Amino acid sequence: MNTVENIKEQLNRLYSDKKESGLHAIRQNAFLQFDKLGIPGVRHEEWKYTRINALFNKEFRFPYTESNLLRNDWQSLRLPGADDAHELVFVNGIFSPELSVLRRPGDLVLLPLEEAANSEQYAKTIAANLGHSSRYAKDGINALNTAWMYGGLFVHVQEKHQTAHPVYIYHITDTRKGNVLSQPRSLVHLGRASGLKVVETFLTIGSQESFTNQVIELIVEEDAQLEYYKIQNDGLHASQVSTTHVRQTGKSFAHTVTISLNGNLVRNNLNIVMEAPHCESHLYGLYLLKGHSHIDNHTLVDNVQPHCFSNELYKGVLDEHATGVFNGKIFVRQDAQKTNAYQSNKNILLSDTATVNTKPQLEIFADDVKCSHGCTIGSIDTEAMFYLKSRGITEKNARSLLMHAFAEDVLENIKLPFIRSYVDQLISERLEFDLL
Amino acid sequence: MLKISNLHARIEEKQILKGINLEIKPGEVHAIMGPNGSGKSTLASVLAGREHFEVTEGSVTFDGKDLLELAPEERAGEGLFLAFQYPVEIPGLTTTNFIKTAVNEVRKYRGQEPLDAVGFLKLMKEKMALMEMDQSLLSRSLNEGFSGGEKKRNEIFQMAMLEPKLAILDETDSGLDIDAIRIVANGVNRFRNENNAVLVITHYQRLLDYIVPDFVHVLYNGRIVKSGTRELALELEEKGYDFIKSEVAV
Repeated sequence: MNTVENIKEQLNRLYSDKKESGLHAIRQNAFLQFDKLGIPGVRHEEWKYTRINALFNKEFRFPYTESNLLRNDWQSLRLPGADDAHELVFVNGIFSPELSVLRRPGDLVLLPLEEAANSEQYAKTIAANLGHSSRYAKDGINALNTAWMYGGLFVHVQEKHQTAHPVYIYHITDTRKGNVLSQPRSLVHLGRASGLKVVETFLTIGSQESFTNQVIELIVEEDAQLEYYKIQNDGLHASQVSTTHVRQTGKSFAHTVTISLNGNLVRNNLNIVMEAPHCESHLYGLYLLKGHSHIDNHTLVDNVQPHCFSNELYKGVLDEHATGVFNGKIFVRQDAQKTNAYQSNKNILLSDTATVNTKPQLEIFADDVKCSHGCTIGSIDTEAMFYLKSRGITEKNARSLLMHAFAEDVLENIKLPFIRSYVDQLISERLEFDLL
Repeated sequence: MLKISNLHARIEEKQILKGINLEIKPGEVHAIMGPNGSGKSTLASVLAGREHFEVTEGSVTFDGKDLLELAPEERAGEGLFLAFQYPVEIPGLTTTNFIKTAVNEVRKYRGQEPLDAVGFLKLMKEKMALMEMDQSLLSRSLNEGFSGGEKKRNEIFQMAMLEPKLAILDETDSGLDIDAIRIVANGVNRFRNENNAVLVITHYQRLLDYIVPDFVHVLYNGRIVKSGTRELALELEEKGYDFIKSEVAV
């Protein structure tokens, strides 16, 4: 039996257990979508350069019970600044209340997604927003996550509340008993005039393969402010499709930084949907990969209403046999006059065997807008290298300093100091900067 | 300290240096002057180890070592410094981070312990004061948005930090107003002692009013065609390079 057949069988088994759930209907709909669309192959326009279907030829376990992971197992993997953060832990795609810590009760509302869907207070929010990302995904991968939606999490920030602590979300995949497919799902709701900072990261333990198909949907209401960081530094036996869907339903602010430093195959879908006038969003990304790693950043900014602003900067450094894909879509709908949308993608290839495919895609239906896009692919600046070397700096360190400098205008947008210095350290290690 | 013998070099198919001979001893200041295209900057590039210049004949020894066998960073470690004619702007790399790395790399090469944070800061403040540089430049990206004068002062500041044996100043006066020239020259003069040496490469003699050379050489068409003392520079200023050209032609 191949993996897809296996998934379907497991889904059917899951459904027979969980019919009473408030999520049953949405899951079943998604199952039909998945059944129809399947796993996208390279002929699918959005998956042309990212061969996801090969991953499904492997045998995966689909654990829908929590693993017996203990706090000690991942203690060493906690991010800097964790003692001052709410820590939300998913294990094999399932939210673990036991491992998670709320630093200050009342700072956030946390509920299992199923419970929130059935609750009087949040049922409406869930119904209006859960699965909004599927409108932007025309493939079976997003549907698969929704069909599987189990052990998901609902996070709510009260109106006018600025959270006191950032939220660290860990997606841990425990492969010690075999290959694991995990599918975490969360819905984050920022109430009117609230503020939230989120850091998501992915960690695989054990030596078997992991495949994480993750979806997080963040709803940003009027006057709310979201800061969102995604840090990807998982092992070479870890692959993921990670969808971050930001829906700005009122005039609001969204700031996202995506840092990808390691992994086998990484596909990020970042959608920013600006549904109200005067929304502002920032999309920053850095990918720094070597070996045979593959990174694919698909971003989409949908300007639905007038007077919105978006600024996007993605930068990449690819070495050895690494491959990169950047696809940046900007939609400006007919009503979205006075849109300001900027996009830039800059790449440096450090070897003859590294490749990048970059494609800006602007679809503009309004006539009074300012939009720009640009992409560059270059190599290291030899005159800058010579300048550093002439000051006694070794070739390796000179290269490391230049690459770090290249990344700086993305990195400076990491506003959480602990995360900033953590990422700086990872980059110095990756670039083999000899600290002297 | 530096001995250049019969140095020939080319870039791609173009022969630029056609047999240079020059010896610089500790404590000396030499100036190389010459018209545009005579090979002045090529000589500086070959000495510092810039890529794409091919030495076809001759030798260069630096304190007894074969300089041409060393990588640029090793030449710096041995004590060679080139102040660039066009210092490179590097957005995203702070001046502090750059100079700290450079100082500690060079110390490492010389078998010295790295400077601790306090010692480094003290040294840096002292040298910045010498070059009349604003402290705010330290946290800014290296040379990015610096004025012409700030860039050249930054070069001499780096020289002062790295304490080379031989400093080569490649057209350091170009694009500088008189106040900036005075500051740059002051930095160089304070650096000078009986153990180090300076090679000033310049088109005009005005920098030599401030950094007074012991020897002046005229480079023309890839060769040193005339050597003398400071008076030679004044003569060139007065008569222009045409007088050299006509002399050589004869």
